[in-house]
Amino acid sequence: MFSPALAEIRFGCGLSPDLRPKGSTEDILHRLAGPDHMAIAHPTADFDSFWPQSTALKALRRKRRLAEGTDSYDGLNAQYKAMRREARFDHIGWFGQIILRHSQTEDGFRERLALFWGDHFTAQGKSGLAKRMGAPYVDTAIRPYLSGRFADLLISAVTHPLMLHYLDQHKSIGPNSRVAQRSSGQKGLNENLAREVMELHTLGVGGPYTQRDVRQLAELFTGLGFKSKTGFQFKPNMAEPGSETVLGTEYGGDPAQLEAIHTVLADLAHHPATAHHIARKLVVHFVSDRPDPALVDHVAARFRATDGDLAQVYAALLEHPAAWRPELRNVKPPLDFIASACRALAVRPAHLNRMAPKRLAKGLLLPLVLMGQPWERSNGPDGWPEEDAAWITPQGLAARMRWAMLAPRQLIKLLPPPEIFVETSLGGYADGPVRFAARAAETQAEAIGLVLSSPAFQRR
Amino acid sequence: MPLSRRHFLARSAALGCSAAASPLLSPVSFAAAPWDSRLVVIILRGGLDALDMLQPYGDVNYAGLRPTLAGGPDHGGLDLDGFYALHRGLAPLMPLWKQQHLGFVQAVSTPYRNRRSHFDGQDLLEAGTSGLRPGGDGWLNRMLQHMGGVENRTAFAIGQGEMKLLHGPAQVSDWSPDAALTLSPQAKLLAQQMMKDDPLFHRALAEALELSQQGSMMLGQPASAGMDTGMGTEDMTMPVPSRGKSHLKIAEFAAERLRGDTRVAAFSINGWDTHANQSKGLGTAFRRLSDTILALRDGVGDVIWGKTAILAMTEFGRTVRENGSRGTDHGTGGAMLLAGGAIRGGRVHGRWPGLAEVDLFDRRDLRPTADVRSQAAWILRGLIGVDRAQLEQVVFPGLDMGDDPGLLL
Repeated sequence: MFSPALAEIRFGCGLSPDLRPKGSTEDILHRLAGPDHMAIAHPTADFDSFWPQSTALKALRRKRRLAEGTDSYDGLNAQYKAMRREARFDHIGWFGQIILRHSQTEDGFRERLALFWGDHFTAQGKSGLAKRMGAPYVDTAIRPYLSGRFADLLISAVTHPLMLHYLDQHKSIGPNSRVAQRSSGQKGLNENLAREVMELHTLGVGGPYTQRDVRQLAELFTGLGFKSKTGFQFKPNMAEPGSETVLGTEYGGDPAQLEAIHTVLADLAHHPATAHHIARKLVVHFVSDRPDPALVDHVAARFRATDGDLAQVYAALLEHPAAWRPELRNVKPPLDFIASACRALAVRPAHLNRMAPKRLAKGLLLPLVLMGQPWERSNGPDGWPEEDAAWITPQGLAARMRWAMLAPRQLIKLLPPPEIFVETSLGGYADGPVRFAARAAETQAEAIGLVLSSPAFQRR
Repeated sequence: MPLSRRHFLARSAALGCSAAASPLLSPVSFAAAPWDSRLVVIILRGGLDALDMLQPYGDVNYAGLRPTLAGGPDHGGLDLDGFYALHRGLAPLMPLWKQQHLGFVQAVSTPYRNRRSHFDGQDLLEAGTSGLRPGGDGWLNRMLQHMGGVENRTAFAIGQGEMKLLHGPAQVSDWSPDAALTLSPQAKLLAQQMMKDDPLFHRALAEALELSQQGSMMLGQPASAGMDTGMGTEDMTMPVPSRGKSHLKIAEFAAERLRGDTRVAAFSINGWDTHANQSKGLGTAFRRLSDTILALRDGVGDVIWGKTAILAMTEFGRTVRENGSRGTDHGTGGAMLLAGGAIRGGRVHGRWPGLAEVDLFDRRDLRPTADVRSQAAWILRGLIGVDRAQLEQVVFPGLDMGDDPGLLL
């Protein structure tokens, strides 16, 4: 059964003392279809700001190297360090914006979807400034496509320079391409992205593809690349000549063109195996680690019927009674835990935006490390685990409890009265022991910390 | 995927009965460990300069390559064998060298070539494979998968950093002494009450409290302090990865576990990426490394030390020539440090490739003369008894172990 509080907890960012939960699934979907208020109010950066910034940093580093041993070295070194520091502070600030979006939004499902798809299409910078570009990548390549066609989302994410860099696609060279013929040895095809597209992004592991399909897709992908000064570029000189056959369909030909890559991605996006894989992932993420097959089938059927129209797919998820079983199951991952705690505490944007980067890092960003979820640093392209037991380890729980006891004092001026907080943060999900804890703790900070540590707050 | 303790916890969650009645939730007792020797793997992240740890002052080309980073006995290095001198930052380990409880393997590397990225280099070192594929399991976890009788606490990944070499389906415990939870008696009681009907939380809390208490005993607080005297939230700090002495807490915690049923411990020591002012940076990092090894030895005691092998390995070595900022840049061939009563110490293993221009890899790096994985494989073979076929096919797929380098007694 739909309930406004459950909708906010399970499909949104948690309960807030200030913002009223939505009254219906229609309202949730309606907001999702409207403008993205939070991205405007709490911005990160356009990914394309990366290219001039990284070019400037590299130039400065070169200048500094040439100046080694001369008088100008110290000045250049200071400039270089200041630029790096600025990038580091930007990065911390962006995390603050993500937290503010979660705590201020009336469109919480959108924030959850941004995290879900950002994880589904995990891409990480591996060096220099690129390491800090995760949030701009999600905001640029993923967030605008959250409720459109899955094919468009797939194409946007898979061909994004950060993804190409993360999975080495930009170095993949068709064995018979012009570039391969001109240079000697060592260079060749890299299957990384092609494999992950089939295994993780579309068909799913165990899907109906073979190593031959991976190889053919990798050949078709050759040419996807970027220029370090300007960004994405399709490079026909790196592309393998001729057509490729993926899952029985022939793509491409001469001359090599980007359109063929978009076509194969759109076909993969519409594949029935993709429908099932995405449906199952959504249900596992939003509802339960042990998904109800009827719910998965319902969502997958809508995916197939609408060629992956994501707004329709979400509607199918939200309209099914199995999505509304009242008991809270999934454990919030650390980021969601911290963000929903900030929402429950009604952290003020002005306060967070005024916090010095180092304090912000210590209060919000670094605790994620001990909780097991260093921001934008999941272990691989498969992203963060969904299993509850991956998070509630002795170390993970200890770090959450420590944060819950200590951080709120730094994030808001006055802690709320615990007996009120237990109701506003847990809604109808407060049970006897947590209500008792809120009353019986020795200090207000411990009481707030215990409420945030309760399974009722940590599950959704 | 970091499965770590997931299976175990899922099992206790699946019972669904009263947590207090579950035998899994009573003070933990474990079956006897499947083997008796102890293995500690330390990942030295950042790329340790092999030529500064083991200064090859006997090589005619060495001095010319390192004008300001000069080593050898005339520059403060500690002579090992007339050819190599040890960096003075490792001087606290000289007694171990003399006891033959400290050794090295020179000029080893993973199959990683020509790219020199920390990210990829460490991934490959921990994956133990010949090529990179992000997100797979780690070689030490594959070893555990293969060995029978591995329990929840047979292997520990310690510290706040990711230990990808232990990622995978085999059960592994994680704990960072930085996460230690000190609650007031009242808060502890209330938390236990709140979590008693949720087996996953109940179990994790019980273990966290137990592990936190052991951690604090190691830090010199009285044994009873963790339980019911005045420790409380005011003794905790924000849960952020600590700097400074965290390596000692990690070593002490590891030693405590290794005295019990734990057979494998892995953690990292960072700070080896010495692009500038290497002598200062390496001094700090070596002090950390030697403190760690000595804390492990003191912590496990003589008997267990006798059956312990410590492997400290790094993602790659550094350029043979120093750069313009008194440092070195990312290279290829590196060195491995071995310690413990089970290793054949007092010698530098491995084949020295030489430092003449033609002997270098890519005309800039120490040329690797052996695969770091085959060194690790032979240690798993001798120390734990993993058979060769498993090592070459499963733990390090596609590896040819070659001849036994004789790293163990």
